[in-house]
Amino acid sequence: MTRPGHLRRWTLVALVAVVAGTAAVIAVRTSPTTVTRDRMVAGTPESGTPVELDTTLYLPARTPAPAVLLAHGFGGSKADLGPEARSLAEHGYVVLTYTARGFGRSGGLIHLDAPAYEVADAKDLVSYLATLPEVLTDAKGDPRVGVAGSSYGGALALLLGAYDPRVDAIGADITWNDLAQSLFPNGVVSPSGDVADAGVFKKMWASELFASASASTPGAQAGACGRFAPDLCAAYQQAAQTGVPGPGLVALLRASSPAGVLGRITAPTLLSQGEDDSLFTLAQADENAAGIAAHGTPVRVVWRAGGHDGGTSTAELVSSLERWFDPVLLHGARPTGSFDVTVPGTGISAATGRAVAQTLEAADGYPSSRTVRVPVAGPPQTVQAPAGGSPAAISSVPGVGSLLSAAASAGGSSGVSAIPGQVARFASAPLPAALLVAGGSTISLDVTATTARDATLFASVHVVGAGGADSLPAGLVSPVRLTGLTPGVPRSVTITLPAVVSSVPAGDRLVVEVGTTDLAYMLPTAPRAYSIGLTDGVLSVATVDGRILRGGHPWVWLLAGLVAITALVLGLVAASAGRRRRRTVAAGLSDVPVAVDALVKQYGDGYRAVDGVTFRVESGQVVGLLGPNGAGKTTTLRVLMGLIRPTSGTVRVFGELVEAGAPVLSRIGSFIEGPGLLPHLSGRDNLRLYWAATGRPSTDSELDTALEIAGLGGSVDRLVKTYSQGMRQRLAIAQAMLGLPELLVLDEPTNGLDPLQIAEMREVLRRYAATGRTVVISSHLLAEVEQTCTHVVVMHKGRLVAVGSVAEIVAAGRMQLVVGDPVHAVAVLAAAGVPAQAVPARRSLEDIFIEMVGEDRD
Amino acid sequence: MADVHDNGFRPGRTLRLRVEFTRQLRRRRTQLAAVVLLVLPVVIALAFRVSSQPGASGGGARPGGGSGSALVTLATTGATNFALFTEFASAGFLLVVIVALFCGDTVASEASWSSLRYLLAIPVPRSRLLRQKLTVGLTLSVGANVLLPAWSFLVGGAFFGWAPGRSPLGGTFTSGVALQRLMVVVAYASLQSLVVAALAFLLSVVTDAPLGAVGGATMLVVVSNILDSITALDPYRQYLPTHFQYSWLDALGPTIVWDDMMRGTGVALVYAAVFFAVAWWRFQRKDIVS
Repeated sequence: MTRPGHLRRWTLVALVAVVAGTAAVIAVRTSPTTVTRDRMVAGTPESGTPVELDTTLYLPARTPAPAVLLAHGFGGSKADLGPEARSLAEHGYVVLTYTARGFGRSGGLIHLDAPAYEVADAKDLVSYLATLPEVLTDAKGDPRVGVAGSSYGGALALLLGAYDPRVDAIGADITWNDLAQSLFPNGVVSPSGDVADAGVFKKMWASELFASASASTPGAQAGACGRFAPDLCAAYQQAAQTGVPGPGLVALLRASSPAGVLGRITAPTLLSQGEDDSLFTLAQADENAAGIAAHGTPVRVVWRAGGHDGGTSTAELVSSLERWFDPVLLHGARPTGSFDVTVPGTGISAATGRAVAQTLEAADGYPSSRTVRVPVAGPPQTVQAPAGGSPAAISSVPGVGSLLSAAASAGGSSGVSAIPGQVARFASAPLPAALLVAGGSTISLDVTATTARDATLFASVHVVGAGGADSLPAGLVSPVRLTGLTPGVPRSVTITLPAVVSSVPAGDRLVVEVGTTDLAYMLPTAPRAYSIGLTDGVLSVATVDGRILRGGHPWVWLLAGLVAITALVLGLVAASAGRRRRRTVAAGLSDVPVAVDALVKQYGDGYRAVDGVTFRVESGQVVGLLGPNGAGKTTTLRVLMGLIRPTSGTVRVFGELVEAGAPVLSRIGSFIEGPGLLPHLSGRDNLRLYWAATGRPSTDSELDTALEIAGLGGSVDRLVKTYSQGMRQRLAIAQAMLGLPELLVLDEPTNGLDPLQIAEMREVLRRYAATGRTVVISSHLLAEVEQTCTHVVVMHKGRLVAVGSVAEIVAAGRMQLVVGDPVHAVAVLAAAGVPAQAVPARRSLEDIFIEMVGEDRD
Repeated sequence: MADVHDNGFRPGRTLRLRVEFTRQLRRRRTQLAAVVLLVLPVVIALAFRVSSQPGASGGGARPGGGSGSALVTLATTGATNFALFTEFASAGFLLVVIVALFCGDTVASEASWSSLRYLLAIPVPRSRLLRQKLTVGLTLSVGANVLLPAWSFLVGGAFFGWAPGRSPLGGTFTSGVALQRLMVVVAYASLQSLVVAALAFLLSVVTDAPLGAVGGATMLVVVSNILDSITALDPYRQYLPTHFQYSWLDALGPTIVWDDMMRGTGVALVYAAVFFAVAWWRFQRKDIVS
């Protein structure tokens, strides 16, 4: 029995469970368990003046725990590290963030991660951590500590790892290897090694950084240098004017660079570098990784999305850090190195349909030195460098990055990143197969200066689509400075193009561009021209072999699914085989159309619709199942048709136990509780399809006989949904008679029929029974049963009241005299002195019925 | 054979597929669904034709930057891309509703017409009834899943030409490869709709209201999509039935990445198996009173 109430309740329960579960998960995730403690800690004194550092300690739920020292980026403060620190603390680390000297509320001046100042401060903080009872220690004064940071903080992490052996793990993000190289880069090392030829000044980035730090304390120390240390400030200002770093500046920058001290790092190091980064390029991480790994220290390199030009996802940074720190700091293990590359535009976001990045795990670890040789072609071209260095191409702008060039390339040309007459282009043929560019590709060029003795060039590799769309990956160009040229004499140089990660689809071309200007760099002011040609016409494209990394084992999922489906199919097959074996035929009952024995049907709510009913229907009988509404007639017939399962007792049809799908049901034609027709088909099609559904030979259907019985005339070809209730009723009874079944079961067949049709129906049933077939009719109309049936089963409130032939039942009642000619009889009686009056015959069965059930009728 | 009876009745021949197909195909809702699927691509194509009239770029822009879906920008490239776009646009809801309709309405509508009890009185064995109904429902669902992209391919070809397919990640496919990718997409999308089909079928067995079954299954997809957008649920989100719904996008890159499609298939099969098992279990024991 369907219980709509139940269904609704379960739906509600399911919904509440989903909502509650979601809320619980979110609540657990966001519950604050972290305690913070702000404190000023003494750092290294600056020329005799004490310096205090502004720190915040984040304590996890359980202590003592390993510590993580977090350092912020240039121009920032400890406040920037809040979300990161909180995540790490929730993960189980004691986290110490602090504002570096020269910034925020901390004292002192900026020395650019100088070992004597900033690094010494960090050492003091490690010592401070060792004194805290919440921090796990390896030895007295030696805390279990990892140090991490991005950019300025990343370099500090590397330098602290080099200068302080107590550091157990390092995470350095988007930072430098050699600050002098980063700010005064030079793609080709000049043979003379002279400081004057040290490189091409990255003026926009340098000035941006200087301004951001000197402007960070309004009012306090007004002046051009802000809180920069005076020696650093003076050296910078001199370089900014000339574009050439003085020896003092180079020495200062070298001291602040990990490059010289990488060999001293023994703590496992995570190096992540941004792919959108024109300040500290992937090549800088390359140098760091090579320097650290050279001494056997495990290094993991991650080329991540974003960078100084593209932003940073704190969540990704933290999870990457946790994956690296956990084995070392929590379990004391020593990890092995690995190399992950984020490849932009290799996946499509399911949510938005936009291209997104995917992470590739390099198959051969780090460094991957695989290259693919791609032929490029183009005649030697003469390019002009304008006087004053203007107009200049725009490839990327500090902090804004490649947005400009992306906008330009969307227009279908290389736009502002290349100015006509300033650029030589060498293009490959359309690539026959997709190619992953990952790293700095190289190419050999013949450069001839027409007048000058030196050259400043900017080399880049573009991806040009079949439609002509031009893109410069990450907006990166590689500055090249050549010195000692002889005018008119070509010099062959091998140029390392910017390290980029780009998935180039088949059919696109790679184009090497060599230009004379770039807005971000200091340019020669004198006008000059160069001729640029290919040496051997081969572009060595750096690439990486690897597997797109999504974690886990997808096969397990697929296997689970296949196992589940297989189990389902096997279960269904086994169940149906089991059911087929359960057929039982009772001996001696095979000629009895219906044998109901002690039938009980109790519904879920405790209501007993049928309560211990026993009767038989013999062959050839027309049996009326009689009783008021709610007597249990229909329930009995439903059990008889295998539609519902009895609570106890049995129904046998021709000796075979009736249950759902029992084959013996095919010998019954039924009409139960109203018609069940397909409204979108005609009457004829309904009967035809119904017979087709039985799967029995169509010659056995006796369709015409049935249609004749239905008496629908021409309406039989109209759609059933246009039928009246009576027409549907007759069609459904005709459906029950299809194939002239041995047993016909009709539940209230005369509902909705007019008196004439009822009379016809009666005749049909009588004729039907005359062929030796058996008919069971349920009805609450006594007249009908009395006139149609040979036998009666009377039910009331689920119980059997009487069983027998109509004659027997009637005989059991009061005596009644039936005369052939009432008028004559009245006359005869009157003559005999008996006053008599003719009244219409009482429905005798009705009398009996009322007598039987009347006393408790309510 | 024991299952042949003297009146020619054989349980294994009841409600044959041809009969059930006739019963379903002649229904107005089946025909309506087909009409919607046939008209939709034409409407989309006309919309693109009208909106791209001034300065039709022909899909020259590169994806990644800018706004909107990469598939939209490429939709007018040619037949393949148009088919991919209509698939992307319809997979989220239209195909879900249609699959829910075919599989959710099938048993419940018989119950609502009261014809279910006459089928069972034939008697069509209950397990067989479900099997035949499900076979037809799933066939119609797959039909819808195939018809839409196939018809879109033809409509796209007629409107925008037969240019080779372009990947949203850049690059072009040859016709053979494009067709292969399209087939992977259709196969995976069809497999994903198995979850909806299974739940709709289960509800169809449990309730007598066809609308309840169709609506209930559609609701599952909506709720699952909402939960899927809550990133705080993260390790558990991937077990949501619709989490990998669009993983067929991985078949559009330079190489097909199967990882998520394998996961999505596994999730879909597990859900489907559970729903089907409950449907069968319930129907075997159900008292048919409608």
